Amino acid sequence: MVEVPVPKEKWSGKIGEVALGATANEGGTRSIALKTGGESGMPFLSYEGGMPHRPLIAGEVLDSISELPTSVITEFGNAINDPVSWARAWVEKFGADLICIKLVSTSPDEANRSPQEAAETVKRVLDAVKVPIIVYGCGNEERDAKTLELVSNIAAKERLLMGHAEDTAYKSIAAATVANHHSIISFSNLDINLAKQINILLTDFGVKKDTIVMDPLMAALGMGLEYSYSVMERIRLAAFMGDGMLQVPLICDTSAAWKAKEAAEDVPGSDGVAERAVWWETTTALAALIAGGDILIMRSPRAAAITKRAIEDLAGGV
Amino acid sequence: MPTAIEIFKLLPKKNCGKCNFPTCLAFAMQIANSKAKLQDCPFISEEALAAMAASAAPPIRLVKFGAANKVIEMGDETELYRHEKRFFHPTAFALAISDALDEKAILQRLDEILSTKFDRVGQILCYDAIAIKDESSDAKRFATAVEAVASRTEMPMVLVSRSTEIMKAGAGSIAQRRPLLFGADASNHEPMAALAKELNCPLVVSEGRGFNELADLVQKVRANGIEDVVLNFEAGSMKQLLERSSIVRKVSVKKTFRGLGYPILIDAGSGESAVLKGLLATMKYGSIVLFDELSETHVLPLFVLRQNIYTDPQVPIQVKPGIYPVNGPSESSPILFTTNFSLTYFTVLSDVEKSKVPIWLQVVDTEGLSVMTAFSAGKLTPESVNASLETSGVRDKSKSGQIIIPGMVSRMSGKLSELTGLKVIVGPKESSGIPKFLKNLN
Repeated sequence: MVEVPVPKEKWSGKIGEVALGATANEGGTRSIALKTGGESGMPFLSYEGGMPHRPLIAGEVLDSISELPTSVITEFGNAINDPVSWARAWVEKFGADLICIKLVSTSPDEANRSPQEAAETVKRVLDAVKVPIIVYGCGNEERDAKTLELVSNIAAKERLLMGHAEDTAYKSIAAATVANHHSIISFSNLDINLAKQINILLTDFGVKKDTIVMDPLMAALGMGLEYSYSVMERIRLAAFMGDGMLQVPLICDTSAAWKAKEAAEDVPGSDGVAERAVWWETTTALAALIAGGDILIMRSPRAAAITKRAIEDLAGGV
Repeated sequence: MPTAIEIFKLLPKKNCGKCNFPTCLAFAMQIANSKAKLQDCPFISEEALAAMAASAAPPIRLVKFGAANKVIEMGDETELYRHEKRFFHPTAFALAISDALDEKAILQRLDEILSTKFDRVGQILCYDAIAIKDESSDAKRFATAVEAVASRTEMPMVLVSRSTEIMKAGAGSIAQRRPLLFGADASNHEPMAALAKELNCPLVVSEGRGFNELADLVQKVRANGIEDVVLNFEAGSMKQLLERSSIVRKVSVKKTFRGLGYPILIDAGSGESAVLKGLLATMKYGSIVLFDELSETHVLPLFVLRQNIYTDPQVPIQVKPGIYPVNGPSESSPILFTTNFSLTYFTVLSDVEKSKVPIWLQVVDTEGLSVMTAFSAGKLTPESVNASLETSGVRDKSKSGQIIIPGMVSRMSGKLSELTGLKVIVGPKESSGIPKFLKNLN
């Protein structure tokens, strides 16, 4: 009989591991601490090396719901009116591995809520749920510098993952994370060289590599997904071939899928916008997983549930 | 094509010069560059010629089914990752119709398949093929179902039965349309291969017990004269689907093994898991996916993912130049322009929408380049912007007398104002600044 070879690649590089959340042993208050990264082969190919940790799903929680589509609000019901009950719903009802709080209301262009108030919100969520937490500012550099510093101090030993640093603005957030041993998200805009560049800037600044998770920007289905897909595959291949500055886990925010026209409006000759939007985010998430995503930030619990089943099926069982 | 060194190994290494090149190595290099033929060597062996023919064949065979102007091409892929060059033949999607349905139900289903169509960024997205599944175990019934569908559409067809007799009843009358026969397995490969050869149709070969057996079966049907083979293997889980498809693609394009260099057919079934498998097969090496059921809600993400994955990474996706009203603009709303590179357009559109400020969004044709690249390449000039305003007729719609330009090209303000007679307002350098900028405009 013919013998078909298994084409196992011998990679020289390996993705580093990053710890998320700290338990009481480490001075934190999380009941669950997680690890991400650590791959030594392309995603889900068990014969190539392996994936010691399955990809994680972070449930998105905003501190203002003014921009949120109605169908997402419906999925959560009353829980969505407060970040605390929203986060609880994600963990207790929808099985999220971790929570991602985006402090959008601190933006001077939005509600302009104070950094103190925002830090208080983070504190309340930390008290309410025991999974690791990701915290994003609002994207306004000056404001985020203040907000994230406060958040860093208020959650000093919790080992948050904080976002994000980019090449034009990284010092204040890097300082805020380093001060209290948090981890940091390094953001770049769909370019493998820029992705490497920001990691170099951060490590030169004194950020430890095992506290960096990179976000090369996950463009949604139909909105440039193929760019993200290929940039991530290239980042992973370069990392396995030995580029140390790219050997860090990848985080992908799939909530952008809800901005796609097909997810937001009725398309002629098609049914159910809400159901299609759920699949728009699911498809974006699946592409992120196949290209190498380690942590997915997701908006819809239904999309998250399907994605979770996909991860189990890809990894070979529950 | 093999490399010069691989060819050199096949040569007698006599350096006799009878091929008109001084050494065997020089000759090998000429062959590698397609400037000489191995046959020019008088001492070449039959084995060497056969080895050369095998290694020069495409790593994954191009297999076609369907006829006339509706032909589906599968295979002939050369890459593991799309960024290395591109993926060439988009995954075909086929919806199945069971022959156990009555005629009315069959026609209704056919109608659903044919009417599923979406127009997206200039491409029509629709199903590629129809599969007729033998679920009645009744040759006459199968033939009637095939006939009913074949007489109403030219869409390429996949015929699904493991019984050679039933397959013959269905395929016999439409053989000239080259249906894909699905197919052969360990128990029926001999008569099924004979039928495929008689009808000159491509044949799907299904695995029963592992890849070694599949490669064995492929070898056997090839020995019976079938070259147009499609592989089908057990893909009960997404893990199996991903790993096994990856093995086939990798051993084939890396040329470590030649026996599985054929397109892959995935029989996805129905429900959520079928959609997930369809999406996965689209990204990872599936040439055709069969669905038993697929709701319209699931069709569009699948079609769009295929469109995304199969674009040429070297050619930017473009949106149609022209005028796009955002947030319900009126005569008093200003014009804002950007380029027709899809990523630029999507980003700007989403930020303008976020501002909730009514805008006439003018998309200028820059051949798919982003703002700065187009500006540097001379594809985004005051003249080209002016010309696009003229062509789109936006000046009839916006009487505001104002045009907002990307901050990155503020240098064109003076000239643009002169050409158009509009008041030029320089916008933010980054798209993310648009919401704030527009809100503070008035």
